[in-house]
Amino acid sequence: MSVTDAEVRHVAALARLGLDAGQLPTIAAELNGILAHMEVLSKVDTSALGAVTGVGTAGTPLRVDGGNQIPLARPREAFAPAMRDGFLIVPRLATHEDQESP
Amino acid sequence: MVPGPSAAELARQHAEGKTPPKKAVEQAFARAAEVDAGPNGLNAILWADREAALGAAAQVAELSRQGNQPGPLAGVPVVVKDNIATLTMPTTCGSRILEGYVSPFEATVVTRLRNAGAIVIGKTNMDEFAMGSSTENSAYGPTRNPLDPTRVPGGSSGGSAACVAAGIVRVALGSETGGSVRQPAAFCGIVGVKPTYGRVSRYGLVAFASSLDQVGVFGRSVEDAAIGLGVIAGRDRYDSTSADVEVDDYVATASETLKGVVIGRPREYFPDSLDARIRARCDAALDALRQLGATVRDVSLPHTDLAIPTYYIIAPAEASSNLARFDGVRYGARAKAAALREMYADTRSHGFGREVTRRILLGTYVLSAGYYDAYYKKAQEVRALIVNDFQNVFQGGVDVLFTPTAPTPAFPIGAKSDPYEMYLSDIFTATANLAGIPALSLPIGRVDGLPVGGQVMGRHFGEAALFRVAFALERALGEAAHR
Amino acid sequence: MSATVGAPALAKYEMVVGLEVHVQLRTRTKLFCNCSTQFGDPPNRNTCPVCLALPGSLPVLNESAVELATRAALALDASVQEESVFARKNYFYPDLPKGYQISQFDKPLALDGRLVIGEQHDGSPMRVRITRVHMEEDAGKSIHDRYPAASAIDLNRAGTPLIEIVSEPDIRSSAEAGSYLRLLKQLLEYVDVSDLNMEEGSLRVDANISIRERGATKLGTKTEVKNMNSFSGVERALDAEFARQVAIVESQGRVEQETLLWDADRGTVRPARSKEGSHDYRYFPDPDLPPLRLTKEWIAGIRDRLPELPDARRRRFATEHKLSPYDVDVLTASPHIAEYFEAVAHAHGDSKTAANWVMGDVLAVLKNTGVPIDRFSVRPADLATLLDMVRGGAVSNSAAKRIFALMVQTGDRPEQIAEREGLAQVGDEAQVAAWVDEAIADKPAEWQRYLAGEKKLLGVFVGAVMKRSGGRADPRKVNQLLSTRASG
Repeated sequence: MSVTDAEVRHVAALARLGLDAGQLPTIAAELNGILAHMEVLSKVDTSALGAVTGVGTAGTPLRVDGGNQIPLARPREAFAPAMRDGFLIVPRLATHEDQESP
Repeated sequence: MVPGPSAAELARQHAEGKTPPKKAVEQAFARAAEVDAGPNGLNAILWADREAALGAAAQVAELSRQGNQPGPLAGVPVVVKDNIATLTMPTTCGSRILEGYVSPFEATVVTRLRNAGAIVIGKTNMDEFAMGSSTENSAYGPTRNPLDPTRVPGGSSGGSAACVAAGIVRVALGSETGGSVRQPAAFCGIVGVKPTYGRVSRYGLVAFASSLDQVGVFGRSVEDAAIGLGVIAGRDRYDSTSADVEVDDYVATASETLKGVVIGRPREYFPDSLDARIRARCDAALDALRQLGATVRDVSLPHTDLAIPTYYIIAPAEASSNLARFDGVRYGARAKAAALREMYADTRSHGFGREVTRRILLGTYVLSAGYYDAYYKKAQEVRALIVNDFQNVFQGGVDVLFTPTAPTPAFPIGAKSDPYEMYLSDIFTATANLAGIPALSLPIGRVDGLPVGGQVMGRHFGEAALFRVAFALERALGEAAHR
Repeated sequence: MSATVGAPALAKYEMVVGLEVHVQLRTRTKLFCNCSTQFGDPPNRNTCPVCLALPGSLPVLNESAVELATRAALALDASVQEESVFARKNYFYPDLPKGYQISQFDKPLALDGRLVIGEQHDGSPMRVRITRVHMEEDAGKSIHDRYPAASAIDLNRAGTPLIEIVSEPDIRSSAEAGSYLRLLKQLLEYVDVSDLNMEEGSLRVDANISIRERGATKLGTKTEVKNMNSFSGVERALDAEFARQVAIVESQGRVEQETLLWDADRGTVRPARSKEGSHDYRYFPDPDLPPLRLTKEWIAGIRDRLPELPDARRRRFATEHKLSPYDVDVLTASPHIAEYFEAVAHAHGDSKTAANWVMGDVLAVLKNTGVPIDRFSVRPADLATLLDMVRGGAVSNSAAKRIFALMVQTGDRPEQIAEREGLAQVGDEAQVAAWVDEAIADKPAEWQRYLAGEKKLLGVFVGAVMKRSGGRADPRKVNQLLSTRASG
């Protein structure tokens, strides 16, 4: 499988990484170089075992529905880039393309 | 390098009121300043808080004066990798995107260190977001190897390793995803241990690859590392992957003999291409272990050569998801932009370095529609084969495995420009992360004056067996480990 | 694309609808951290390292959320899995702190449930199949019109536990969709897993709709419709989208797969985004959470502790209380009303009377005051006592209505009120006879006409006696004495 410049652009958009058009060919070449080494995996017979699901067989631990909120050592305003009246502020979403909330 | 008292000895002196803890803190800062001076300055410590450290030292002194037990690391200065959350001092993960970010909560491992009396004097340099094997990928400049300033200290926990090797501290915390504690330990001639997955809490460790990450410990000696791990290990209710398994007394294994211990020598870790001098040091170590009563057996871990491709699919995939939170909305750097989409893109492209960008792209690609089955799902299935290799060998009667830690000693800064070539540095270490098993590296000699590490790997939650072998080997090799 | 379609065109097609319902579970804390789920708190007050997605934070699962989700799944007759897996759904949005939502994908909590929404023509039950029930965390809230050129993000809601209930596309009309939603809400009310308040957002509905010619079996291209804020809104939206798709197909066009938003004010749907297609969420199992493992015994325990469900209650009310289908429907609509009614019926011993009073007087008061029945001032035992008093003749029916009104106001017991207000019915023979004689003496001409055969005039004398007695005379005694006088 070979990654094209267009695919790099698509993947960069999915990951919200701003890439210049000029960078695409170099990055595509790098990714292809790396992915070439992964081809060996496609030849491996993995039918005997399933996928790994972690160390040990214990299920996820359950927490009691109560107790205190994990405290913050300093107020949110101290580390948030922009807050107003307690809200986190971000630049306005454009109506169409930015409406990702599914 | 300045020898000094071990962490245990130092703690005892402080607890008995023999020396004031602030002296150890002053010495640590003095040594740090010394090794950072000039054009070959190490650049190992990114952020330090001298006032807070002296304040903590005073508290330890007060506790001792009152006759209270200040803990097994009483007044012992330590450093912590900059991807571990601390309340004072920033946590930047070696990245611009978290420049100046001071966490409002503390990592469990840091709380445990402080409760044991340790004094966290600084945060150490690292490859950005732990992605790298040389500490050259830091936004804050590379760290130099204390034994040879033209060379890398290894990575991604190079800063912590350099601090221990340079004699600033005896104990340091790093993190492991593919070898990021063991490989720098080998490059710097010190001890480095990666615990079993789930042995140590990840709460407060900034996630790179969640199914592989563990906090690891550096020690100047095996004992230093054993105490450090003993302090931070154990179940944490804030980490759902943290295991409910009792913590053994690792220091107590120092007095155990190796009679009856079966050590496996996996042939895949001793390929023909392996540097003959490294092979010789490993075989000499194995001889020493035989003389101590251990049996050495040839074994095979047949899927070893699949580790790097498997690792470099799984780790970037998980990382691409873990790093999505760095978007400039709630904390960290934010690029000025009129629209949200632009804000995301600019924040992330300016905030992340080249290697991180490359891995996020790779990770996003292998998870994306049409590619998930062929890459991520396949890699997790191959991972099961790697786990199975180890299980077969351990079930076959082998107690621990012994291998070289890295295929080369420390390489020069700037030497490896091809990404995949750099990835191959993890060739002997990534298997333990994939399988979740514990592994330890200790110095076993020098090649061209540069340290070589030997790696011991064991069963899940079998850290005690690792320390048992490491203590014995350290004792047997003595000064030969540094020649 | 606003061609209206005539009835004949619409009749040619049927709509094929599946509904996705998100329900907020009524836990005290969030799904993966201890922050409160309290609605209406100051913005970002209920946030911590975990739900703020600070670097180094990790999720830990809420046991009550698991219990409530399991209860809901069992009530829907779904098969609760002994092992289910949390997965990351990756996308970027400012109210999604981690840049992914922790949800369930390949291995959800439960599969293959069903909800009966009515009867088919042949009397067999009409079932909507439930594909799956899974757990996930909610996102925060984005407010776009509070500040200029900015969006305001409140993460209080981020991390609240949700279940998503996904139906198969078994729904064939907007009315069926409405029935499904009302019955689903009722069922969930019965098992008490959520506040189910669409205004507050604890219940949300998205629809998937396609059309096909009646009789066809192949599915058409479906669109997704969102932003419906009431059940009637869902029905209207489905009808609007159905008409829109029919118009397209009738004019030889092709329905595009897209997401549409319902505009309740205009009564139309409009596209949610200009770009094509579905998102690539890059789902993978969340490595921070081992699989959720539930034992058969634990699941059975939850099933054993399920309360009586609506269907079973409806059947039992019909047979045990011998109520009409209409009465059964009204009294079982809410589990709390049903419990109230039963408490009254058991204490009083006459289901019919109890039913009439609850459906009439009680529900009227609740409707007027907006008070929920669990905070109603009249206790079931006291209402039962009042009904006993009527049956025993201690008060007349009309007096009872007045006593009830005072019970609502004061919360006092009926015996106390009757005594205090002097509303006790008078059955004393001598006293009633005196009133009867006075009434007869007062209208001699009418009395003669009554005796002569104008039976209708009885009501005049009964009314006169009631007036003289201030409403307190026992009507049975009045009638008895009047007829004695008439014959004697």
